[in-house]
Amino acid sequence: MFAYIVRRLALMLVTLIGISIVIFFLLRIVPGNIVDILFDAAGFVDPADKANLERELGIDQPLVLQYLHWIWGLLHGDLGYSYVSEKPALQEILPRIPITARLAALALLFSASIGIPLGVISAVHQGTKLDYILRVVSLSGLSLPSFWLGLLILMASVSLFGNIPIFNPNPKTLGEMFTTYCLPSMAVGFRSAALTMRITRSSMLEILRQDYIRTARAKGASEASVNFHHALKNAILPVITVVGIEAAFLIGGLIVTETVFNIPGVARFLVEAIRWRDYPIVQNLVMLIAVVVVFANFTVDMLYAVVDPRIRYAD
Amino acid sequence: MRSVRALAGAGVFVLAAGTVALAVEPKQEPKQGGIFRIYHRDSPGSASIHEEATYSTNIPFMPVFNNLVVYKQDVAQNSMDSIIPDLAESWAWSSDKKTLTFKLRQGVKWHDGKPFTSADVKCTFDMLMGKSPQKFRKNPRKSWYDQVADVTVNGDYEASFNLKRPQPALLALLASGYTPIYPCHVSPAEMRTHPIGTGPFKFVEFKTNESIKLTRNPDYFKKGLPHLDGIEFTIIPNRSTAILAFVAGNFDMTFPTEVSIPLLKDVKTQAPNAVCVVEPTNVSTNIIVNSSSPPFDNLDIRRALALALDRKAFVSILFEGQADIGGTMLPAPGGVWGMPTEMLETIPGYGPDVNANREEARKLMQKAGYGPDKHLAVKVSTRNIPVYRDPAVILIDQLKTIYVDADLEVVETANWFSKVARKDYALGLNLTGNSVDDPDQSFYENYSCGSERNYTNYCNKDVEKLFDEQSMETDVTKRKKLVWEIDKKLQEDVARPIIFHSRMGTCWQPYVKGVTIMVNSSYNGYRYEDVWLDK
Repeated sequence: MFAYIVRRLALMLVTLIGISIVIFFLLRIVPGNIVDILFDAAGFVDPADKANLERELGIDQPLVLQYLHWIWGLLHGDLGYSYVSEKPALQEILPRIPITARLAALALLFSASIGIPLGVISAVHQGTKLDYILRVVSLSGLSLPSFWLGLLILMASVSLFGNIPIFNPNPKTLGEMFTTYCLPSMAVGFRSAALTMRITRSSMLEILRQDYIRTARAKGASEASVNFHHALKNAILPVITVVGIEAAFLIGGLIVTETVFNIPGVARFLVEAIRWRDYPIVQNLVMLIAVVVVFANFTVDMLYAVVDPRIRYAD
Repeated sequence: MRSVRALAGAGVFVLAAGTVALAVEPKQEPKQGGIFRIYHRDSPGSASIHEEATYSTNIPFMPVFNNLVVYKQDVAQNSMDSIIPDLAESWAWSSDKKTLTFKLRQGVKWHDGKPFTSADVKCTFDMLMGKSPQKFRKNPRKSWYDQVADVTVNGDYEASFNLKRPQPALLALLASGYTPIYPCHVSPAEMRTHPIGTGPFKFVEFKTNESIKLTRNPDYFKKGLPHLDGIEFTIIPNRSTAILAFVAGNFDMTFPTEVSIPLLKDVKTQAPNAVCVVEPTNVSTNIIVNSSSPPFDNLDIRRALALALDRKAFVSILFEGQADIGGTMLPAPGGVWGMPTEMLETIPGYGPDVNANREEARKLMQKAGYGPDKHLAVKVSTRNIPVYRDPAVILIDQLKTIYVDADLEVVETANWFSKVARKDYALGLNLTGNSVDDPDQSFYENYSCGSERNYTNYCNKDVEKLFDEQSMETDVTKRKKLVWEIDKKLQEDVARPIIFHSRMGTCWQPYVKGVTIMVNSSYNGYRYEDVWLDK
């Protein structure tokens, strides 16, 4: 097991180096740079001023040198500074991470706490009205884009309560906390909840047809015990995989949700940084996301062993 | 002709009605205090007005500064008559009109407590003219001061602008929201992130993509001002969210001149008490034609292009009739220098009979070798932003009527101006914003030989002489006639056919008092020292 973990960690390192190269060079392939954008509003580009600014920002240097400079800084905890705000990149990124992390965690919590029980209920009541209703709900979750759902929530909020949940950095009451974080996380987590529900349902249906479930029932185990202790425990593995993958995909949903709800998180900041070609911010943020995704996958693999004792990774 | 007259008439009526309404409204004593909450459409590039060329910067940061002179903030139309002293107490022209001297206020302090002197005035303009060791990263309005030889000081409280030739319009440029005075002792880099001014509000913080906060300057040199305790801008790039938030009462005012006509209808339905105005922005939508390469090196094809335009259709589709048709200069009633309607309608393509114009255009196209069996295929290039894209689509449709099959080519913002500068386009749809309603700013910037923003490379030495002639003319009536003549010539030469001048809406809650939206510039009316909240 130890050797397996070491091998996985080494592989993760190689993956991250590969990602850093892809991020860096892909960003440079995109037409236009920060200087073009900065001059854009002026309606013309002064070649001398442009050259000066490129020199000042260091983007006139050879790409390989720029890449090595970035990696060297990264290894020493120096993420550079934002070309736009002229503040250290870390100072720009750090305060936004907890906001997005909170939203993502709540969205995942929402998707698991709604998706798994509803998936079990749907499977247990297969073919009933309740099953059909839940399947329609899950289908709508997969079909509704999160930005549209977000706008619907905002419009409903204005017409029902005469107010709109604009982001509050320091929510004081439970109500403020709810509108600041819960509504947006529900908007972004609805799709994941639907997916989780469908996976749970199909996995549960497969397990419920197994011989040992019939045996458990014959032994006189209660329905709840059969469904949750015997069936769900065995059906949960694919669900964990999906939740792990969803954690990585969540960033896409968060970009639009943070935009619609005007939440100053990492996801919206990343889009703005791409628009400005703010290389230090984009590189470091995408790298951060890559690290999170790589570690999330690693954690899911480790969770398999915890949840299913039959799984043991060979040394 | 009748319709354009009607449009102008309606505008005059609206202005007159507004004036009467203001006149009958009982004068209320302003209340002190309160935070003025506005949403901002995007995150400005920096806080340094001199280094930016968008009103996304002017609006939040103009309250931090003062100019030497400024357009009177409660007069909607910017003109020479509405210019008042700001950091200057008075100004005087020399008899040869080549020296403009300002007597400066004494006892004014920067927000960091240091005294304001004439050295700050000299520093600011030396930097703008590129004569200072300290440099701006970007200096988009350097050409405004082409006629200024130097700025000299006489003691701590007098500064003079010495000109190469008379230029009465310099005063108009100095009154713009784009011309604040910067402190000598603060570097341009600091001014981008933490601006220090003398204005009614002090800078508190600017969180990129999040918010901008200003607080009252208790030491402001205009006693009793400002009325507000502070101003907070929340950056909300999503227009739907922003409008919903305004409707819900989260904001006291929308971002100025940013509410489109259809959205304005929504606001009025959902927040019937909101006060909304629709005003010209002095931003023209125009066509840039690459006349240096085929097929548009042929003057006949360029003229056909101008004749094919149905301007009223653009105005009707995009603005539900609420936009202005004119030449380069913004037309009346908002604009000061626009050609009169009678003159405008004598220009090919501006006449009311669109079918007749297009018939003439088709003849010109046939003369150039095109016709029903041989269409001209071109690309219409434009920026990938709705305000550019939407009129470009209408233009493509209208060009079909003169045997032109055009395809839309959308270009990302980062590449647009470099593409235009390379002349890597045949036909383009462009927007031109004028921060000061004065011909000197518009003509030299957009039509002068060799100017960076003269995208079409239009260069006519005779017209250039007229530019200088109008610029030196001190008699306003004579200057106006010269300006009209130039504007007519520019349209006839198809230098950059103007399609329309847009209008946009601004709304505020009924308790907000003292807001004036300028009718001929979107850049000059954001000092907010007179604004107060009646609650």
